Amino acid sequence: MKILVSIKRVADPDNASKLKVSGDGTAVTSEGLEWKMNPFDDWSLEAALRLTENAAEKNARVGEVVLVSIGPNDEHTQRIIREGLAKGAERGILVEAEDGSLDSGVVAAILKALVDKESPDLVVMGKQAADGDSNVAGTVLAESLGWPIINYAMNIKTSDDGKTLEVKRELDTGVATVKVTGPAVLTTSDRILQTDSVKNGVTPDDHQYAKLEVGGRYASLKGIMQAKKKPIDNTSVADLGVDASKALNYTKFELPPARSGETTFVEDVADLVDKLHNTAKVI
Amino acid sequence: MANVLVVAELLEGKARKTTLCAVTAAKQIAEGTGGSFDILSIGEGAGAAADELAGFGAGKVLKAEIAGGYTCEKYAATVAEAGKGYDVLVACASAYGKDLLPRVAAKLGGGVASDISGVNADGGKLSYTRPMYAGNVTGTVEITSDKQVVTVRQSDFEAAAASGGTSPAEDIAVQSDPVADKVEFIGVEVVKSERPDLSEADVVVSGGRALKSAENFTNVIEPLVDALGAAMGASRAACDAGYVAAELQVGQTGKVVAPKLYIAIGISGAIQHLAGMKGSKTIVAINKDKEAPIAQVADYFLVADLFDAVPALTEAVKGL
Repeated sequence: MKILVSIKRVADPDNASKLKVSGDGTAVTSEGLEWKMNPFDDWSLEAALRLTENAAEKNARVGEVVLVSIGPNDEHTQRIIREGLAKGAERGILVEAEDGSLDSGVVAAILKALVDKESPDLVVMGKQAADGDSNVAGTVLAESLGWPIINYAMNIKTSDDGKTLEVKRELDTGVATVKVTGPAVLTTSDRILQTDSVKNGVTPDDHQYAKLEVGGRYASLKGIMQAKKKPIDNTSVADLGVDASKALNYTKFELPPARSGETTFVEDVADLVDKLHNTAKVI
Repeated sequence: MANVLVVAELLEGKARKTTLCAVTAAKQIAEGTGGSFDILSIGEGAGAAADELAGFGAGKVLKAEIAGGYTCEKYAATVAEAGKGYDVLVACASAYGKDLLPRVAAKLGGGVASDISGVNADGGKLSYTRPMYAGNVTGTVEITSDKQVVTVRQSDFEAAAASGGTSPAEDIAVQSDPVADKVEFIGVEVVKSERPDLSEADVVVSGGRALKSAENFTNVIEPLVDALGAAMGASRAACDAGYVAAELQVGQTGKVVAPKLYIAIGISGAIQHLAGMKGSKTIVAINKDKEAPIAQVADYFLVADLFDAVPALTEAVKGL
């Protein structure tokens, strides 16, 4: 099974409250924040790695994961790709593009060009990037390919190398189960990190993956060493022949107003009840 | 002048309240540009839901009955065909709207502004505000394609009130799509609760990792939830640890809520959690650590051991 996984570098989501906006409001500046792998992509990479390994034999690789990152060709984007390679992916592709030239439609068009070239069985990607928070590119990609989109996958089973998959999707009202004929595009929910979320035909029925707290697996030291020798191909939007015109035009960015008022530290439960009942009048 | 189509969301044959939030956004777009809006009722039970949706001032209610459970692939072609006659398509940014509308947009060649928090129509020119970076930046965006597709954040648009009158209904043809054969709907387990819906409740009580177990949610949090007639929520850490169902997760991943009162118990306040609740009117934190980041957004902070404070608070609330 061959899986394409897109990984974006984003300004450290855990410190997003430190973002600033340029004086004229036309740009978001992330100075001082580290670039990190988009956490939603990290979950998807974990799913893709589980789908392409033999969990019974020290996670021996039985398939191929190709990473794609679209962004500036700089040390940060390269580092994020190396991080994915160290976790176990086979190779990387860096598509050079300026962040300002991208929207979900352009990203989908770039990924379509790569899918046409690479012919993967699946594309597994983050449901959204932690910067734009759009949740659009995966579905637009699927439509452009004539493939199904399976958003918010939390449990994936396949016994024929990804040709058909049974997937549970996390909804805001519950859980839906669908049977999918590939090739397909999947996005993931954080429940894909659960210990029994993926069965790929060789995964033992009773296999439990290690409990993951926040994101996907950590790279092993061996993985980090091996990643240094794994190939990263460079290409660009122009090389791929993508007609990249945006449909979204951001005219202004602002920091949302801070919550008004100070925090009142109450003395005890009685004081809290008094404040909520008599001052805020909410209970 | 923008004519708007609202794509309704049905659950078990009834229009979800999410639909009425999309109606509110559609009204703002239509009124701001001198246009009008219609509603598309699509899915299993679309006819009955169309009757329900006829009382909200739409020009007409289109209906397309599709049996056998929702898949994006089964609905998108029909929505796209109906959408050809409109300038703007609107749905709620629920798991349904965020799944369906981008596919429809791609069929129509339209750009998508997702999860919008506001509509601007200055001089009849449409733009939208939307939270980005987990709510730490607000962007204003124009859609430059002929068709505009937007999904709206439920907590930022009040549910439309009934307007009186009855919109005429019109059946539309269901369109086939070869890709629909590639996804077979097996089933859906809908999580049901006697409590108010998390996205719609006036009061939300959420627990975090500090609860330490599912039993403590039941014994400590739930009595307070019920004493307040509240909805129960949780942090991602508590959901991941299996203390409560994942559907209760509040945050960037999970539900965005903006109740009148939000009580965060044993929640440190990771940025991803704040993204889902900082629009609440009054925020209370109960936490041992007064330096916890939840203090950034809390109006009232009780520094205490939750296992002492919450039962006492529950008793006090019952006594009001």
